[in-house]
Amino acid sequence: MKRIVVSWAVLGAAALLVAFAPFNLQPVTSNVERIFRVEAGDFAYSPAVLHVNPGDNVTIKLVATDVVHGLYVDGYDLSVIAEPGQPAVLSFTADRPGTFRLRCSVTCGALHPFMTGKLKVGTNLLLWRGIGLALLAFLGILTLRSPGLPIVH
Amino acid sequence: MNLLRYPLIKTLLKNRWPQFTIMLVALAGFLLAVLSGLFGTPVGSRNFGIVFVWIAWWAILMLVAVPFLGRGWCSICPIPAPGEWLQRGKLLGPGEFNHRGHGENQKKGSVFSVVKPLNRRWPKRFRNIWLQNGTFLLVALFSAVILTQPRVTAIVLAAFLFAAVGISLIFERRAFCRYLCPVGGFIGLYSQLAPVEVRVVDTAVCASHVEKTCYTGSVNGYGCPWDVFPPGMVKNTYCGTCMECLRTCPHDNIAINIRPFGADLSVERNRKLDEAYKAFIMLGAAAVYSTVLLGPWGALKLAAYSVGGLPWLAYAASFLTFILLALPGLFWLTVWAGKKISGSALPVKESFVAQSYALVPLGLAAWAAFSLSFVFANFSYVLAALSDPLGWGWDLIGTAGVTWTPWLAGLTPFLQVGVLVGGFIWAAVTSRKIAAEKADSAQAVKLSTPVIVFCLAFTLTLMGLLVA
Repeated sequence: MKRIVVSWAVLGAAALLVAFAPFNLQPVTSNVERIFRVEAGDFAYSPAVLHVNPGDNVTIKLVATDVVHGLYVDGYDLSVIAEPGQPAVLSFTADRPGTFRLRCSVTCGALHPFMTGKLKVGTNLLLWRGIGLALLAFLGILTLRSPGLPIVH
Repeated sequence: MNLLRYPLIKTLLKNRWPQFTIMLVALAGFLLAVLSGLFGTPVGSRNFGIVFVWIAWWAILMLVAVPFLGRGWCSICPIPAPGEWLQRGKLLGPGEFNHRGHGENQKKGSVFSVVKPLNRRWPKRFRNIWLQNGTFLLVALFSAVILTQPRVTAIVLAAFLFAAVGISLIFERRAFCRYLCPVGGFIGLYSQLAPVEVRVVDTAVCASHVEKTCYTGSVNGYGCPWDVFPPGMVKNTYCGTCMECLRTCPHDNIAINIRPFGADLSVERNRKLDEAYKAFIMLGAAAVYSTVLLGPWGALKLAAYSVGGLPWLAYAASFLTFILLALPGLFWLTVWAGKKISGSALPVKESFVAQSYALVPLGLAAWAAFSLSFVFANFSYVLAALSDPLGWGWDLIGTAGVTWTPWLAGLTPFLQVGVLVGGFIWAAVTSRKIAAEKADSAQAVKLSTPVIVFCLAFTLTLMGLLVA
């Protein structure tokens, strides 16, 4: 019984560590200028995924190729709107690491709500925490005993 | 804990008026959704039909109603209401006693007197959810269009209504809800997870009750509209929580119990292949939608949208192959591997069906995570659509000018990871429990491990699609 309690405590502590520990897996910031030309048309961005490092100065030149499109960056709460033939520029410092959705902010047609892209800033720590938690859960289920589950010999 | 011990709850649920009133409001909203789809703006994000059905209603259904109330939505769903009123010949209570509870009490001169329901039994060969699986797939194949074009949404909703009315006039009880409704099918599957259930208190009381009014009806209520025999009910799957059994039981023998989440998954009885396939269809659809609708690949979105074209045919073929063959096939292999590793004597098919119930919590978590991606991001459209439901430039409540603003954009990925990990743990524990039903503990671990690996792989894949 004591062994089981200790095992659960260790697993719980590991889960807390994975979920909340302030890991620093981000690349060294370099303040590099990153300039992207992003074409928006047919309910998609091209390129659809933008990779930068934390601290980079990002400039997105949004070019609408068919109708008016917008680009909103989740997590940064920034947006820009471009009309066909009139590109617009969004500049910001990528000071928040993680993966953020880019969404069209102007109704552009039927599939508008699903017009998305991604901004990836450094390492996606949330994803790694999620993977870690799932693997810990897998380990726990395979090796530990819990109420209602058969005992592992 | 039986909620009916509280007199207020019991009174509210026994009385027809609260349920009827909510149903009327829902019906008004439903008709407005149809009308706005047909006559309102074709811009989906400004149309009440699209915004209320696919953002507001969907959010409430998948994030609140199904996980916590099971088939609670079915108890107030407006779609079967008109057909049921015609079938019963009344809007409210049954009044004069009619043995079967339906279609025998149209009063002369009433609007219902011209309608003569046939009250036939639903064909025995179709008393399963294979047709529901089919109707869901049919809707799912066209979802990119249905979700985004107000007129198509309106036509689909109207078709549901007409189908429900037609079926009610031919077949007894709620045959449409039970056997055809594409939404009812997955609500039923996931209602097994809900922490609430309608059950009889003491089956011995039912055994001595000759009339079985919960099934046949009485002056106080109709026989079970869902064609369920309450004393034999061990799962939520087909209980529409309509409360008719509560009204018709003369012995006060119906309970509404608060119970642990997912209690039905431990019930060995009535595990069936049609329900197993429903679990695969839902799991697969969540993955496909997360890829196609939420991914950054424009070509996939256009393929799903270009109904009838070659890209759409390729999309439809891939969709069906993945959901109906690849996913179940892979799962079959994991179950077979578990059998080989454990040396279990159970037939693979039996284990396959039983273990597929572990995919129920996994599927609900997948749908919740998928829904979180777009529901909050687009919820601000609800305020504008409320004030200008048809997109005609009205401003009824002063919110028509609210601009699109994503809600909880920073929090959503964290919620998604939490929901997915929670769903995986729930699925894994369920798999292990199911394996332990007919195996010793060491064998159960070996039997379930490949299935748990399958669940882990699915969880990580979806996490990659939604959060990476």
